[in-house]
Order: sequence, then C-alpha cells, then structure tokens
Amino acid sequence: MPSPRWFAIGREPPPRRRNVLALLSFLLPLLLWSAVSYVPWIWHPLMRVNDAGTVEWFKPGLLVERAVFAEENAKAVTAGGRAATGERANPVFLPPPHAVGRALWTAFTTKPVLRDELWLHQSLLLSIRTIFLGFMLSSLFGVPLGILCGAYPPVARLFEPVIDFVRYMPAPAFGALAVAVLDIYAAPKIAIIVIGTFFQQVLVIANTVRRHDPALIEAAQTLGAGPRKLLLHVIIPSCLVDLYNDQRILLGWAWTYLIVAEVVGVSTGITFFIGQQAKYRNFDNVYAAIIIIGIIGLVTDQGLAFVGRRIFPWQPRAPSRLNAFLSLLGRKGGKTA
Amino acid sequence: MNPPDANSDYRRQAPAVAERFQKLKQRPVVLEVRDLTRTFVTATGEEVVALRSLNFSTYRREFMCLIGPSGCGKSTLIRLLAGLDEPTSGQVLLDGASVQGPCAARGMVFQGYTLFPWRTVLKNVMFGLLMQGRNHDTAKSEALQWLDLVGLAKFKDAYPHQLSGGMKQRVAIARALATNPRILLMDEPFGALDAQTRAQMQEYLLQIWRNVDVTILFITHDLDEATYLADRILVLKAHPGEVQEIIEVPVPRPRSQAQFATPEFLATRRRIDELIHPPVKSTGEKLPIVRLTVVGDDVE
Repeated sequence: MPSPRWFAIGREPPPRRRNVLALLSFLLPLLLWSAVSYVPWIWHPLMRVNDAGTVEWFKPGLLVERAVFAEENAKAVTAGGRAATGERANPVFLPPPHAVGRALWTAFTTKPVLRDELWLHQSLLLSIRTIFLGFMLSSLFGVPLGILCGAYPPVARLFEPVIDFVRYMPAPAFGALAVAVLDIYAAPKIAIIVIGTFFQQVLVIANTVRRHDPALIEAAQTLGAGPRKLLLHVIIPSCLVDLYNDQRILLGWAWTYLIVAEVVGVSTGITFFIGQQAKYRNFDNVYAAIIIIGIIGLVTDQGLAFVGRRIFPWQPRAPSRLNAFLSLLGRKGGKTA
Repeated sequence: MNPPDANSDYRRQAPAVAERFQKLKQRPVVLEVRDLTRTFVTATGEEVVALRSLNFSTYRREFMCLIGPSGCGKSTLIRLLAGLDEPTSGQVLLDGASVQGPCAARGMVFQGYTLFPWRTVLKNVMFGLLMQGRNHDTAKSEALQWLDLVGLAKFKDAYPHQLSGGMKQRVAIARALATNPRILLMDEPFGALDAQTRAQMQEYLLQIWRNVDVTILFITHDLDEATYLADRILVLKAHPGEVQEIIEVPVPRPRSQAQFATPEFLATRRRIDELIHPPVKSTGEKLPIVRLTVVGDDVE
C-alpha cells in the first residue's frame, strides 16, 4: 500500500503516524531545550568563571556577560596580570533538562528551608484542594443555572445581562474583598476560583444547552412528553456529552485562576512554592513545579476524556490521544521485551 | 398482462375497488381539517399565505398520501396536524374533538429519523410509553413487541449511530406506534434513503399498516410512492397551498411492486404528474444558447 500523503486537508494520518506525531510533540520542545542547554555555541550569553586570574572582582563560579569578561581580561593582560579562564554558560533562569529532571525527583525529597514552610507535595495538595473545592462549588450553582438559561429564554434574559457585566470584572479585583469577608486562609482563595469560574461557566453551559437539536424536542413532544419531562429526559441528556467536555475545559480555566487565588490572604500552595524557589534562585525546582502542574492538568484532562468515553457509550468512538500514546508506550515495551 | 392503455381513466374503478372505497367512507372520521389557514409574516412585513382554507378528512385505518409541488406547504400542513405549529385560522379535529399542541395520539415520523442518540433502540421505543406513565417493566415488554413487529428485536441494545438509515426509520416507526396513536403522520420518511431501501421500507410499512389499527397520513414528493401506498392521494397546489384534488387510487389491494406497470397505476401516476407539474409555458425562462464544444462533437 502506498504510504498516504502527509499534507491532505482534514485527513487523519494512520494510527502509527499519529502516535509518532504525539511523541514528537513532546520530544521536539525537549530537543530544542537540550540543544540550547548542551551545545555551547547556541545562545549561552554568559561566561562562568573557572579561574579568576588577576581580575579582582571575579570569583570561581561567577556568571558575567561575555563582553564584560573579554573586557576585564584585556584590562588584566595590559596591566601585566593573568587572564581569567571560564566557559560559556546560560543564565541561571534556564537550567538544563537534567537539572530539572533531577529536581523533579529531589523537589519531593528536599526539606523546606524554613521551619514553617511546606514540602512540595503538601503545597500541591493544598492547591489541588483549592481548585477542587472552588470548581465544585462553582459547578453546584453554575451548571444548573446555565442549563436553565439555555433551556428557558426568559431565565436567560433575567440572568445573562448581569452575568455578562460581572464576567468582565477581573477576579483578582475581588481579592481584597474576599479577604475582608472570608478571612485570610483557604476560604478567600476558593472564593476567587469560584468568581473566576462561575460566570464563564453559566454562559458556556447555557450556550451549549441552547444548541440542542429542536427536532429531538419535537419528536419527544409528539410522543407525549410534557414541558418538565422535556428538560429532564430530552434536553439535558442530548447535551450531556458537550456539557461534560465544557466542564473539562472549565476545569482548566479554574487552574489559571489558581495563581491569583493563592496570593490572596496568606500565600500558600504550589504558586507560593514556585515564588519561594525563585527567590532562592532554585530555578530547577521552579521548572519542576511548573512541569508537575502541567502533568497534573494533562493527566486529569485525558483521564476525564477516558472516563467520558466509558460513561457515554452512545458516542461514535473517535481516536483518543491518550489511548494512542499509551498504546505506543505499550508497544515499545513489548518490542524490547 | 395487458399493455398499458394510454387513455385509461384513473377514475375508473374495478368493482372490488369501488366497494372498498364505499366501505372506507362509512368508517368513522379520525382526522378532520376545517378551513385550515396558515399565513407567515416575512421580515419585510409581507404576508405570505402558506395554506389557504384546507378542508379534508381521513377515515379510520385509511392510508392517505399528501403530494404537491415544492413550496406547497406540505411540511407546514403536517406540522399543523401534529400540533407543532399553530394555524392562523381553522381547526384540526381528532375523533371530532378540536386539538391543540402536540400529543401522543398524533404520532409523527420525521425524515431526519430524530431517534434519541443516547438511548438504545429498545429505550427509544420505550420513551413514549414511559412518558405516558407506564412502569418500566410494562413499557419494556410492550416496546419489545413493537420491535418484533418492525423486525429489529435483535438490535434492541444497539445505539442509533450503529444502525443503517432504513433501520433507524423502522425504529422511529416502532417508537411512534408504541403509544397507540390514532393517526401516524409521516413527513417524507423515506426521502433520505436509497432507492432499494426505500422500496423495501414501503413493503414493510404496508405490512405494518395491515397489522396495526392506525390511520396513516404520509407526505411524499415521489409519484410512484404515493400511488403505491395510498388509498387516497391529496394533491396540493402551491402559492398558496390549497387542496387541488383528492384522488382515489384505483389500484387494488394487496399492493405489490408488480402493479407499477398496470394501467390503473400508470393512469393515476399520470394524473398526479399533470396536477403537480403543469405543462411549462413557452414564455418561461430558457437557457441562452452558448456553444463551448467543437462542431461535430454532438452528443445527440
């Protein structure tokens, strides 16, 4: 069979090629990062001093700009002294992959610097709890209200104008207020997540419900379904898959409000951990923490997608990226065994 | 078989057929339409009369087809009958009582299947029964009987997306019949199917109709389909939609595909054709003659 063309509009590549692309989507950025980190002549705008020579203010391990390094060496040589030696280096905020890889492990095993600081996993758990509670609270009211707005235009006319108005107020603006009302601990953080999520949620859910197929409603009516039964037995089930996917996207939305929420009141959680590590200039830990957030996000999202396919069996199966990825890993393992 | 007689009259009925029609008209009227008018107001404020003063009735267990040129308001009419649209004036009477809004006594089968994708075949058929307050077990056993009737009992646990178009429409028919409607309204139900499936579905439908106490009103734009299925054909006229003629189909029952070439069939078909495709006036639009081929390269 001739191998299919790479660039055909709207045509899915064959499974094998799909898997390779999924793998490359992670490998390419990693490769780029490695190149910048390990190939000395790519970028590396600084010099790390090995031997200070006779330059007074140089110390071994010091990072200086290349121009300054050359200038100081020239001065030292003309003054009859010894030139400093060094190697090209990247700024401290770009640690190489292996350092971040090590930090991914050690971040969980290093003791906090101060006595009342938390371990990484404790910070993470705090953050996840904030997100979870905030999102649940928002969904508890946002989903039903969104469904009502989508199904009954008068409800939408009553609620949507004010929601549209509040939606444009940035959630952080409510930070001080939240602290004043809810004290400085977990409650105001959860409140920020709720404020950030709720208003978007109502509108997104309402829009999804509004797109229901009117033909199904009419079919149900000719089968004797009354107005109340229509909502419960036709409108909601017909939108269920889309609502579930909306919730997945909104959960990602809630994560973006985490940064704001965690600096409200007493700073805690993963954001605070990142801030602290940046202050100590442990950028490998900073990247490790950011990557961990990414992994948590990806795993939750794909996990939910996986669950979705199980609980909505009436959907025609579309190829899943996670499934493809797992099967690829599985096959790789099988081959080496 | 006799060669089709070009001059045979669609109004000439064999004695058995005439007797059948006489009996049919003695049966009680199930659905009556009185002076039904529906006008729409366009965005520019103009009034468009979609249907004007429609009057007709269908008798119990009659199979009536509704045919007309496009834009004659066939779909508007069936939506009015189903209660999915409100008439501007006039009445729809079911068993002599005026009806408003949709209800299960007027079942409907749509061209677009409209099965509930989240329900299995069985649960689709159970839907109407559950809406009527039947308990789950009764609904299930009744639904299974209806699936047997349309020959899809094997597929009771399949989801609609796993079925072919013809199978979907059979589920839709079973679903509509399950609530024991007085009349089954069918809006071009086989319009989206290929010719072969469509012919098969016509057979199925006639068989189901014979075995179930239900009156059918069937919209189509296919002359053969209308002639093949109907007792009487209601021919509509466009702009505005009005009843043009009600044809009593002289083709004897039981029907079979072999009757397509009989003189009665052809005469009826020709009559409908005349009614809905009036001879084109010579003053009508004609394509300009522009030649883009080489001389001598003619196709006819």
